[in-house]
Amino acid sequence: MGLNEKPLSTLHEKASYDLADFEVPNGREEAWRFTPLSRLKGLHNGKAAPGGQVAVHVRAPEGVQAEWVGRDDSRVGAAYVPADRVSAQAYASFDKALVVSVPKEAELSEAIWIDVKGNGGEGAAYGHVVVEVGPMAQATLVIEHSGSAVYADNVEFVVGEGATLKVVSLQEWDDDAVHVSHHHARLAKDATFRGFVVTLGGDLVRLSPSVAYTAPGGDADLSGVYFVDAGQHLEHRLLVDHSQPNCRSNVDYRGALQGEAAHAVWIGDVVIRAEAEGTDTYELNRNLILTDGARADSVPNLEILTGEVAGAGHASASGRLDDEHIFYLQARGIPYEEARRLVVRGFLGQLVEKIEVEEIRERVLAAVEAELSR
Amino acid sequence: MSTLEIRDLKVAVEDKEILRGVNLTVKAGETHAIMGPNGSGKSTLAYAIAGHPKYTITGGQVLLDGVDLLELSVDERARAGLFLAMQYPVEVPGVSVSNFLRSAVTSVRGEAPKLRQFAKDLKAGMDALSIDAAFAQRNLNEGFSGGEKKRHEILQLELLKPKIAVLDETDSGLDVDALRVVSEGINRFRASADTGVLLITHYTRILRYVKPDFVHVFAGGRIVEAGGPELAERLEAEGYEQYTKVSA
Repeated sequence: MGLNEKPLSTLHEKASYDLADFEVPNGREEAWRFTPLSRLKGLHNGKAAPGGQVAVHVRAPEGVQAEWVGRDDSRVGAAYVPADRVSAQAYASFDKALVVSVPKEAELSEAIWIDVKGNGGEGAAYGHVVVEVGPMAQATLVIEHSGSAVYADNVEFVVGEGATLKVVSLQEWDDDAVHVSHHHARLAKDATFRGFVVTLGGDLVRLSPSVAYTAPGGDADLSGVYFVDAGQHLEHRLLVDHSQPNCRSNVDYRGALQGEAAHAVWIGDVVIRAEAEGTDTYELNRNLILTDGARADSVPNLEILTGEVAGAGHASASGRLDDEHIFYLQARGIPYEEARRLVVRGFLGQLVEKIEVEEIRERVLAAVEAELSR
Repeated sequence: MSTLEIRDLKVAVEDKEILRGVNLTVKAGETHAIMGPNGSGKSTLAYAIAGHPKYTITGGQVLLDGVDLLELSVDERARAGLFLAMQYPVEVPGVSVSNFLRSAVTSVRGEAPKLRQFAKDLKAGMDALSIDAAFAQRNLNEGFSGGEKKRHEILQLELLKPKIAVLDETDSGLDVDALRVVSEGINRFRASADTGVLLITHYTRILRYVKPDFVHVFAGGRIVEAGGPELAERLEAEGYEQYTKVSA
């Protein structure tokens, strides 16, 4: 990606593989102002010692190739160039990259699973994953994160012409985990990407899903649910870069927050460049604040540089449980706690229903229930 | 034999007094109609009895079989046997009708209904109110037409079988067919058990289908006149003008 191709948004003005191109953030930068840097365990300033233990296992159905390669492999970094300091740190620091390839026209009967498990240990760990889906192929991928770790990684999704990739990324880390991650999808002509993020665990999770299009006809749907407990910082930073005509994107993230110093951050950037005529995009973030002391920051940014869009909109709403909802349910004899559970479950459940892997859908609903009965 | 006894009830909203001493007793087997002009406080009476947080009780008592409902939480009142059919049922996204009804029935009965029996009761209830079967899977009140919302309120009335039902302008916004279906539901409920009904309405039209034993005229935050069904006929002919002048 040369200088001239960089996204126009001032929030993402830099892209480089070289760590030295990024200054150590001090927390006043727009891109870092919501993130508590002191809790990043040195991922942002080079002070994180290596040595963290994170095991990555992949389970690939027949016909899918999964291999560990060195950084000199031409597929590594082909679709994505790090856009911030921690991303560049991860790129500079990973040992082997996992490359998963789905051949053209393949239709997988079961999902590819990548299991990322932190096994504690002192220091940080870094990762890099490339998932390539060949032309006209259809694949579903589940990435699970669990355990205890200080982990930074970059994940590239390369979706071929007319192909479909559905991804569910689960962040079910232990309470002390720190995870900073970029998930970048690059869509070829008429490609479809469905990204679903579920973030429940971790002390600090900062996940940045982004989408770029290389040709017209791309269709991206980015959804996410999160449940923030006391003391947790869960941050999602979306970027959709419409640089091609007649592409579509839809973003819908919903979260619930409860407890002292529970902090959710959602940044939704959509850029529609001058050449991206016929773009259809909508982004939405909603937060349900269940207790005092919790805080949600929600910032949608829509930059439109062409007059010829099919549709472009955004909405953001953060609020408390609606008294009228609770009253209605209580007036039918349902106790307050149960009424609250029904409303929150309904609020998140509407999105969770979109997860196409049934096993995951039920697990996520059960996890939400467990959060609510804490 | 259940009795709802409202004694000198006074209610304010944001320091503005709305109800100025309401006295009314509804016994099982009786149907009382409360009629009155808009803004007279009829709906305030309904919501205050049910315990909506917007209303502040400044005096009086509401006793259901001797228990002061005003001391109870909203859900405890419902479980004690009170039901409020709402004028504007709120939409609750993501909560399905069937899930909601099962939760409500479980709470009110104190135990989960047997699934097969519940499914049967639900289907029978929906059929009787001409509610489409697909309705059970929809989100609570979301995208319901005015008529669907009111039928759904009466469906809950029939499933929850309260001791006393307060129906707040259940007839408003209904066409004649829907009004008949809803009225039949109320009449089934009245016939099914020894229950009391407090029917709040602006118009006399529903009283042609649901015959009241007593009619009360509500104006200026209190009951200003009481009588039998003939009072409703007089109101039909003369309107509320005489009462609004008095209370103004």
